[in-house]
Amino acid sequence: MNRTKGDEEEYWNSSKFKAFTFDDEDDELSQLKESKRAVNSLRDFVDDDDDDDLERVSWSGEPVGSISWSIKETAGNSGSSHEGREQLKSRNSFSSYAQLPKPTSTYSLSSFFRGRTRPGSFQSLSDALSDTPAKSYAPELGRPKGEYRDYSNDWSPSDTVRRLRKGKVCSLERFRSLQDKLQLLEEAVSMHDGNVITAVLIFLKRTLSKEILFRELEVRQVALRHLIHFLKEIGDQKLLLDLFRFLDRTEELALSHYREHLNIQDPDKRKEFLKTCIGLPFSAEDSAHIQDHYTLLERQIIIEANDRHLESAGQTEIFRKHPRKASILNMPLVTTLFYSCFYHYTEAEGTFSSPVNLKKTFKIPDKQYVLTALAARAKLRAWNDVDALFTTKNWLGYTKKRAPIGFHRVVEILHKNNAPVQILQEYVNLVEDVDTKLNLATKFKCHDVVIDTCRDLKDRQQLLAYRSKVDKGSAEEEKIDALLSSSQIRWKN
Amino acid sequence: MAFPHRPDAPELPDFSMLKRLARDQLIYLLEQLPGKKDLFIEADLMSPLDRIANVSILKQHEVDKLYKVENKPALSSSEQLCFLVRPRIKNMRYIANVSCDEWAFSLLPLDVDLLSMELPEFFRDYFLEGDQRWINTVAQALHLLSTLYGPFPNCYGIGRCAKMAYELWRNLEEEEDGETKGRRPEIGHIFLLDRDVDFVTALCSQVVYEGLVDDTFRIKCGSVDFGPEVTSCDKSLKVLLNAEDKVFNEIRNEHFSNVFGFLSQKARNLQAQYDRRRGMDIKQMKNFVSQELKGLKQEHRLLSLHIGACESIMKKKTKQDFQELIKTEHALLEGFNIRESTSYIEEHIDRQVSPIESLRLMCLLSITENGLIPKDYRSLKTQYLQSYGPEHLLTFSNLRRAGLLTEQAPGDTLTAVESKVSKLVTDKAAGKITDAFSSLAKRSNFRAISKKLNLIPRVDGEYDLKVPRDMAYVFSGAYVPLSCRIIEQVLERRSWQGLDEVVRLLNCSDFAFTDMTKEDKASSESLRLILVVFLGGCTFSEISALRFLGREKGYRFIFLTTAVTNSARLMEAMSEVKA
Repeated sequence: MNRTKGDEEEYWNSSKFKAFTFDDEDDELSQLKESKRAVNSLRDFVDDDDDDDLERVSWSGEPVGSISWSIKETAGNSGSSHEGREQLKSRNSFSSYAQLPKPTSTYSLSSFFRGRTRPGSFQSLSDALSDTPAKSYAPELGRPKGEYRDYSNDWSPSDTVRRLRKGKVCSLERFRSLQDKLQLLEEAVSMHDGNVITAVLIFLKRTLSKEILFRELEVRQVALRHLIHFLKEIGDQKLLLDLFRFLDRTEELALSHYREHLNIQDPDKRKEFLKTCIGLPFSAEDSAHIQDHYTLLERQIIIEANDRHLESAGQTEIFRKHPRKASILNMPLVTTLFYSCFYHYTEAEGTFSSPVNLKKTFKIPDKQYVLTALAARAKLRAWNDVDALFTTKNWLGYTKKRAPIGFHRVVEILHKNNAPVQILQEYVNLVEDVDTKLNLATKFKCHDVVIDTCRDLKDRQQLLAYRSKVDKGSAEEEKIDALLSSSQIRWKN
Repeated sequence: MAFPHRPDAPELPDFSMLKRLARDQLIYLLEQLPGKKDLFIEADLMSPLDRIANVSILKQHEVDKLYKVENKPALSSSEQLCFLVRPRIKNMRYIANVSCDEWAFSLLPLDVDLLSMELPEFFRDYFLEGDQRWINTVAQALHLLSTLYGPFPNCYGIGRCAKMAYELWRNLEEEEDGETKGRRPEIGHIFLLDRDVDFVTALCSQVVYEGLVDDTFRIKCGSVDFGPEVTSCDKSLKVLLNAEDKVFNEIRNEHFSNVFGFLSQKARNLQAQYDRRRGMDIKQMKNFVSQELKGLKQEHRLLSLHIGACESIMKKKTKQDFQELIKTEHALLEGFNIRESTSYIEEHIDRQVSPIESLRLMCLLSITENGLIPKDYRSLKTQYLQSYGPEHLLTFSNLRRAGLLTEQAPGDTLTAVESKVSKLVTDKAAGKITDAFSSLAKRSNFRAISKKLNLIPRVDGEYDLKVPRDMAYVFSGAYVPLSCRIIEQVLERRSWQGLDEVVRLLNCSDFAFTDMTKEDKASSESLRLILVVFLGGCTFSEISALRFLGREKGYRFIFLTTAVTNSARLMEAMSEVKA
């Protein structure tokens, strides 16, 4: 039975779905286990045979001969042929991979596909497709540029765009007037092919002034989106920002600038960059997030430097016992809070690394704070700190336990961190809802809580059933027996 | 168990021809470079390539070494280099100064009824960036299909991208007029659908076996890597998942709760088969070994793999409190206990449960509720940034642009921009602008659509998942996938007639189309074959749902998708911060 079985049943009953539960103790799983046993019992018989028909069945682990496998092989060997590579460089036979070719007069992306013709020995295709002889399925090979030079110069914008779509080279240079260029763009847009739109845009970008290009695109949203995406892809940040500025899309401008921080690895440089983002025209809400981002990294840099020093000095117990596994730089706020609750829990509010300071600076809600502190202190098995986290004093000096997150969650987190039964028991007892309490107590084997709750509920049957779950001859069994034979309890069943 | 097809169900066309075609084209291109050459292959083309060719074919055509294309200068000692890449700006800059030819390998048959374009980036490129670069590829793929399998007498579609792809495809056909004329249509209907018509279905947790395997282990290009926890030995196995796997084929479309029963029945049968060998004489034994043993052994292997997979799925799902998650999803779909669901999501975020899961639930809440109320939006977003990192600010901006996660706002900022821009322009252009904006700022209207199309089945008593009564079984009887319901309704009517209101609520008034050619040559068999084209990806749950519909009505569905997707892939595509 699990913790929320009660809720679940209510839900499933009130609703029409079959209560199929992903729960360990379901019949389904035991059925599965049984099948597994059955299948495994056959293994001896099956496995003593030759195992090599693995390749013959359709599945196998990266079959030898597959392309992926072969690539891994090459990669493994190429490390050793480092010398060969150096040689290759000095031979200088491949001097220019680095840049895109400067756009000349061929603009379609597919015009990268230009090649040379060769008499193809191409029989297999037509053999395979003898039933459809009408069409040649051979890839259409590109031809040297020269062959196109004498092609017609009077292609209309519509013809030109159609040729571009087919991946054929053709010159856009002869479209000189703004009107022609715009018509070319309109044709491309109305044909819907994004590659052609982008090809025409590259031409326009080169031959029109920025102002005119932007102005014309402002009323052509489809084309505009293609240009924006293109600029993002080639990383022309400057023109992109100019465009957003022109369009008065201030928020996108700010976000686009902010995005650049992802490319800055050095923490100090990143911090400085974030500082430049603070004044940008984000929405009011995002402005606060950007400010927080900057402050967080600033803190992390200080904490990191300090703790690295402490750790290497080897004088601080917590770092000796629990060496840090990773740097705290660029971690989310909640992770930073966890870190600070783990390593700097007792520090006064005045230090940057103290949890209380973080909580105040970033206005972390109580719920989130308690959840994180609990996880950190439980991980260290600092049960007193856990206790203090939930203890409040009222004005008369009485203490009371309170949790902003619900004690069932507290119990779960404690259990995940292997808290001893005595500790778990204490918190299970604080769970208000009796059913939830009983479920949790059963799940985590808090016998006393189960027994006491059954007694309070005067549920003799459940107590009887629970007796079979405790160890024979244990103190719990004795306790149950004592209760069952007691004449003072008026059982309800 | 696995439902049989009706006896009158049509045969599927043979799509292995597409593989042969792609392979032959590749060989043809390799032959253009006589002599030894090194082949550089882009990482995400490797798996598709594996499905159509192998190393020995490449060696036969004098390919010497194979390399992966990385975003750095390529180094090789060979005189000739051959690159297989998609035409992307990013890698082209490293492979300049070469001659290029186009290898039109756009359709990979992953299964007898599933063709994939293996273009996962289609989703982000189009639905986030508004880039139409793949539309021509889609049109060409459709053109190829119609030249191979005859014209499609009935065409339907919904969505802006669907309409554009359709128009471009028609243009292609007109230009190469005559090729398909006179051919008998093999496939009677084609249905094109944009992913953004139905985000909800793609965002739900999957509970049919194939979908669950995809959500848990990630099926890639029709195969899955089962780790040691599944194979119960120390190595991982790459397993092809398709109709050829007899065990898988019987459970792939089943609700997960049925799978156990099926597997244990199978296990018992297998045991009985093996037990028969006791008491056999030598001759019978010889027969048994030569005729049956091989089959039994293969079945045994498959069976133990799928049992291992089920076990591993159960373990993972129990750990992550799947039951509570599903409960929340169903509540969101039905529209009750919104407050409770919101705090469930909040807690998810606070506890730093997977960032992708948290994002998915927020999107589901947003779409089913027509956007989050501003107070919730701000608070969830703040907590998300605190838990998973401030840079996710960019992810939120992306999700808002794609319409996946929005804020209910009366005086929307977009409207302000819109009116400002509209003032700048006149007549014809203004129409286009409003168009473009409305695609960005549209409301999802999920609740109203759900009511109109009866997506939440009203059922008395228990929904028996063993004997599904409708397509809702793919979501435990809680919800009929919207995309599949639309397809069902249109096929029933052979048009959009009577669905005007739904189409309007879907913001697709201008993008729902029908095109019938008078085609007397179409056989009644072909008229029960339907090609469904998902632009932006489809999920295994949708495939299972339509396979079920097909069985009920005596149709067969064929799926063409830009990529197989699921909620995690959609979210990752929107995420600005790569894990």
